[in-house]
Amino acid sequence: MTAVLQSKSAAAIDAAAAEGRAAFIGYLPAGYPDKETSIQAAIALIENGADILEVGIPYSDPVMDGPVIQQATTEVLARGFRISEVFEIVQAVTEATGAAVLVMTYYNLIDRMGAEEFARRLAAAGGAGAITPDLIPDEAEDWLAATDKYGLDRIFLSAPTSGPERAQMVAEASRGFVYGVSIMGVTGTRDSVSDVAEQVVEASKAAGARRVCVGLGVSARSHVEEIGSYADGVIVGTALVAALRDGGPEAVGELARQLSGKS
Amino acid sequence: MNTHYRDAAGPYFGDYGGRWMPESLVAALDEVADTFAKAKADPEFTDEYFRLCREYTGRPSLLTEAKRFASEAGHARIFLKREDLNHTGSHKINNVLGQALIARRLGKTRLIAETGAGQHGVATATAAALFGMDCVVYMGSADTRRQALNVARMQLLGAEVIAVDHGAQTLKDAINEALRDWVASVETTHYVLGTVAGPHPFPEMVRWFHQIIGEEAREQILTQTGRLPDAVAACVGGGSNAIGIFHGFLDDPGVELFGYEAGGDGVETGRHASAITLGRSGVLHGARSYLMQDEDGQTVDSHSISAGLDYPSVGPQHAYLNDQGRVTYQPVTDADCMSAFESLCRTEGIIPAIESAHALAGAARLSAEWGPEGAEKVIIVNLSGRGDKDVATAAEWFDLLPDQESDIETADAAAPEVGVQA
Repeated sequence: MTAVLQSKSAAAIDAAAAEGRAAFIGYLPAGYPDKETSIQAAIALIENGADILEVGIPYSDPVMDGPVIQQATTEVLARGFRISEVFEIVQAVTEATGAAVLVMTYYNLIDRMGAEEFARRLAAAGGAGAITPDLIPDEAEDWLAATDKYGLDRIFLSAPTSGPERAQMVAEASRGFVYGVSIMGVTGTRDSVSDVAEQVVEASKAAGARRVCVGLGVSARSHVEEIGSYADGVIVGTALVAALRDGGPEAVGELARQLSGKS
Repeated sequence: MNTHYRDAAGPYFGDYGGRWMPESLVAALDEVADTFAKAKADPEFTDEYFRLCREYTGRPSLLTEAKRFASEAGHARIFLKREDLNHTGSHKINNVLGQALIARRLGKTRLIAETGAGQHGVATATAAALFGMDCVVYMGSADTRRQALNVARMQLLGAEVIAVDHGAQTLKDAINEALRDWVASVETTHYVLGTVAGPHPFPEMVRWFHQIIGEEAREQILTQTGRLPDAVAACVGGGSNAIGIFHGFLDDPGVELFGYEAGGDGVETGRHASAITLGRSGVLHGARSYLMQDEDGQTVDSHSISAGLDYPSVGPQHAYLNDQGRVTYQPVTDADCMSAFESLCRTEGIIPAIESAHALAGAARLSAEWGPEGAEKVIIVNLSGRGDKDVATAAEWFDLLPDQESDIETADAAAPEVGVQA
């Protein structure tokens, strides 16, 4: 790692911490329901309280996603979505808001383009980095090199089942933050957040992670408050996607205000 | 000469393999790998496994010379390794019994599986019944229609069959859904992956449970002909039956090995399942291998008349053996496959699985290419399964049903609406 690298997502998390709160990270699928609306929804999300945007790239085989996100991304793929759209969306949202914009992508989409070319284009679009849910540090040699070269954040996941050794490997490989998986399962809203999430954060910090954000199953302000009391950031996905599906960018903005405690 | 192919260990086979999986499952994969490594070195485990193979599956399976089929195809002698005679009707039971024993060692009480043609699902449901475990089988909804009989078989055996409506509604989507289940249930559940694909240790472990096919075949051909074969042919979807029989011959340089992929309507049409022939490396379902994908890396839907070969990738060891030039992989179209299917029925009185008919077609093609000079040559075909499940598909293909309208009605009536959760 070169000394000049600055993590955009770490900066956003630190800025939230300076205000005495956990960062709010919102997920939306790229190009859902269409490119323009997805950009508007992302801007509404950020203007109404999200500190970091996570743009999911629709993929044919999303094994970590539940029905709501699957349905949305399947629709996007069915209309002929191409990867180049993601970089346009990242650029448009970054330019409009100045927020840290991460992509969330299954690894084959990076692999097909080539890790270095993917990183180059993401950096050129102003992107902050990527979350890779099916990439473990053990397999990430190319991605580590590419993200180092272009100064991008790379967020790996730490799970309730990760022992101390793996938690340390994840903490050392990650830049920006560690994504703490709150439950054993796929994306989707749940009524409550399990106690496991706090243990994941503790284990990850004990293993050397400086910032740990928690996702999976978070859908209400009460979850955000609860998780925000011990984590550095709270990640919300499915609830926002459902809001976009049912009420467009306005509904996304409204939910973001609620989740961030602004209304 | 090379003597290192046989026992190639995971996680990597050359550039292929690995564990391209969510972190949530890594601990479970470590646990399976560790348990398997200890089990295969433990006589208590191996004794129990081989006892089940003998007394439950009915091993060793026969090696049958197919003289009339061979003479229709060309001049070479053709022998069939009769995995179709195993209990449950295919090679899949070898792996499933092994993994059920592993699951028991792990203290898991629930088995989940994906299935395409239904053979692996039936085998898993069978093992779950035998071991007193709960069982859920995920099956693409397109496949539940093509293979309605196997859905009923799984239900009779006490398994819950869940039809998967996402994506292409075939084998790959069933694997996606099984993985989603596993992420949420890993504490109590073992995922009985049905082929030599997926993350380490599955390619190595599933191969180990199928090695018995090749080991028996090698001994049998030596006994029956006094020599090794010139060629061994197997169909390749994920590649479990192929790696099982190849294993016995991988380090015999004089034995040519052929893997036949599903060519569908022809590779040039794009409607096929020939991942190796297409030749693009990628990661899917936990392994780096050859993968049918578009320019962006989205998986391309595969097509084949055989549900069991309808998979857009292939086991990583096959990708490696292809690159090493040790095994030759070629596509066989639906039409050529069905022609060999018909030929075996009529010349030998054996109805093969449509999957296995790809290997028969490949062997027939090979024999024809050799011509009269091949008269002294010997080919072993892995007859990986029997074709009872395929009778409806074959009857439609050969237009054997008298009335087209009543045909469609019958197919609808046979679709497993009741008891299948969408």
